[in-house]
Amino acid sequence: MLEVSGLSVAYGKHAALSGVALRVGVEEIVAILGANGAGKTTLLKAIAGLVRPRSHTHAQVRLDGRDLLALEPFQIVEAGIALVPEGRGIFADLTVKENLALGAFARRARPHEENNLALVLELFPLLRERLAQLVSTMSGGERQMVAIGRALMSAPDILLLDEPSLGLAPRVCGELFRALPRIRAAGVGILLVEQNTKQSLNIADRGYLIETGRIVGEGTALALKTDPAVQRAYLGAAEVHVPFPPAGEGAGGEGAG
Amino acid sequence: MTMPLLEVAAVRKAFGGLVAVDDLAFAVERGEILGLIGPNGSGKTTMLNLISGALRCDAGGIRFKGRPITALAPHRIARLGIGRTFQLVRVLNAMTCRENVIAGLAFRSALWGAPAEWRASALLAQVGLDGKAHLTAGELTYIDQKRLELARALALAPDLLLLDEWLAGLNPSELHAGIALVRALRKDGLTIIMVEHVMDAIRSLCDRCIVMNAGRKIADGAVATVLAEREVVHAYLGEADA
Repeated sequence: MLEVSGLSVAYGKHAALSGVALRVGVEEIVAILGANGAGKTTLLKAIAGLVRPRSHTHAQVRLDGRDLLALEPFQIVEAGIALVPEGRGIFADLTVKENLALGAFARRARPHEENNLALVLELFPLLRERLAQLVSTMSGGERQMVAIGRALMSAPDILLLDEPSLGLAPRVCGELFRALPRIRAAGVGILLVEQNTKQSLNIADRGYLIETGRIVGEGTALALKTDPAVQRAYLGAAEVHVPFPPAGEGAGGEGAG
Repeated sequence: MTMPLLEVAAVRKAFGGLVAVDDLAFAVERGEILGLIGPNGSGKTTMLNLISGALRCDAGGIRFKGRPITALAPHRIARLGIGRTFQLVRVLNAMTCRENVIAGLAFRSALWGAPAEWRASALLAQVGLDGKAHLTAGELTYIDQKRLELARALALAPDLLLLDEWLAGLNPSELHAGIALVRALRKDGLTIIMVEHVMDAIRSLCDRCIVMNAGRKIADGAVATVLAEREVVHAYLGEADA
């Protein structure tokens, strides 16, 4: 179980996260919903150790009780957290197989490399035919599969996904959202940041609403999907007027918890 | 009969053995919003790059306002009135938002000094970046960088605007605002070609769409008709999302 509490992050004077608390269990998909600029990517980066919380705060990030804030990013991977960053961050000049092999570099993953590769290829059968292909010659959807596959190769307990459906054609997007429950069934917890709120809530168990760096609501996916305030603010149920730079104010969502 | 704003005739572009755009032909009328859709890797961005001059066609020709532009450099094509945004944003990171837009203004309108600053501020406000004019482009979030690119493209006062996944990554509420903005641009007289995977945007904005698959055009027509075609559902939409 991943547990976060009191997490505050600032970039210079700009507060990106303020006192965020959440948890993700094993075999659970948890969706984070919020406008652009609300702090979703920062949250994932802070869990992965890529940005640090404000000093003199009581931030806690724990995985099965173990303090992750004391660890470097590569040690956090060893501990069982894998991040698939926005924009994927895979090695374009390497083959699919090489990218996947690098994912298994973590010590915790090395003994299970073969099994994990089998799991990845079962989830994304297309990759089996493409193992020898250079990633630079692949389409956006195929690259996303490689990125998720590489993260799974590190045998994570918790998978962090930052906008995995961005730029994917509808058909590939559908395939991706069908793969996530199967990853959950393999014993992995998933923390999912997505703008595709409808599809996210369809596969998620629970969700949190984040606005200008604060958690303003939480609930089961079903409760969130049927909450009128959530529908208005996040699901595009009505033509609400929001200021174009979303910033969070006026985006509703309070009382959604 | 009036002349189309843009005519693409039998255009082909290959990268080594991969034919990215294969014998593509279409025309765009003034005031139209044309959706260019298709699977990842089907050649949509390559087609935009051929129109904007970032890539040269191997064969075929492109005319803008009746004039051949196939052999022109990208900056000449921009001056003729074709503005664009990029799927992977290309802003000037070390410069402020206002300076980024002024760079666009200098390119075509040759506005300088206070009038350029005033115009740049107005363009930034139009795309929702008011209050951020003084920030460097590198400090912006990804979405705000995309907004900045649009302001810079609009600074050219283009007749034709090419949007490459400009609405990707917006949540549903932001998407409503983004769609309203694109609609307002058309009302101001712009013609727009948009590459987009967000079907809600295609359905609510486009008069017509062209579907590409493996470099070829597999459908061209009214949005509702095209999206119901079997081949389009199979190659692009998938059964569940149709």
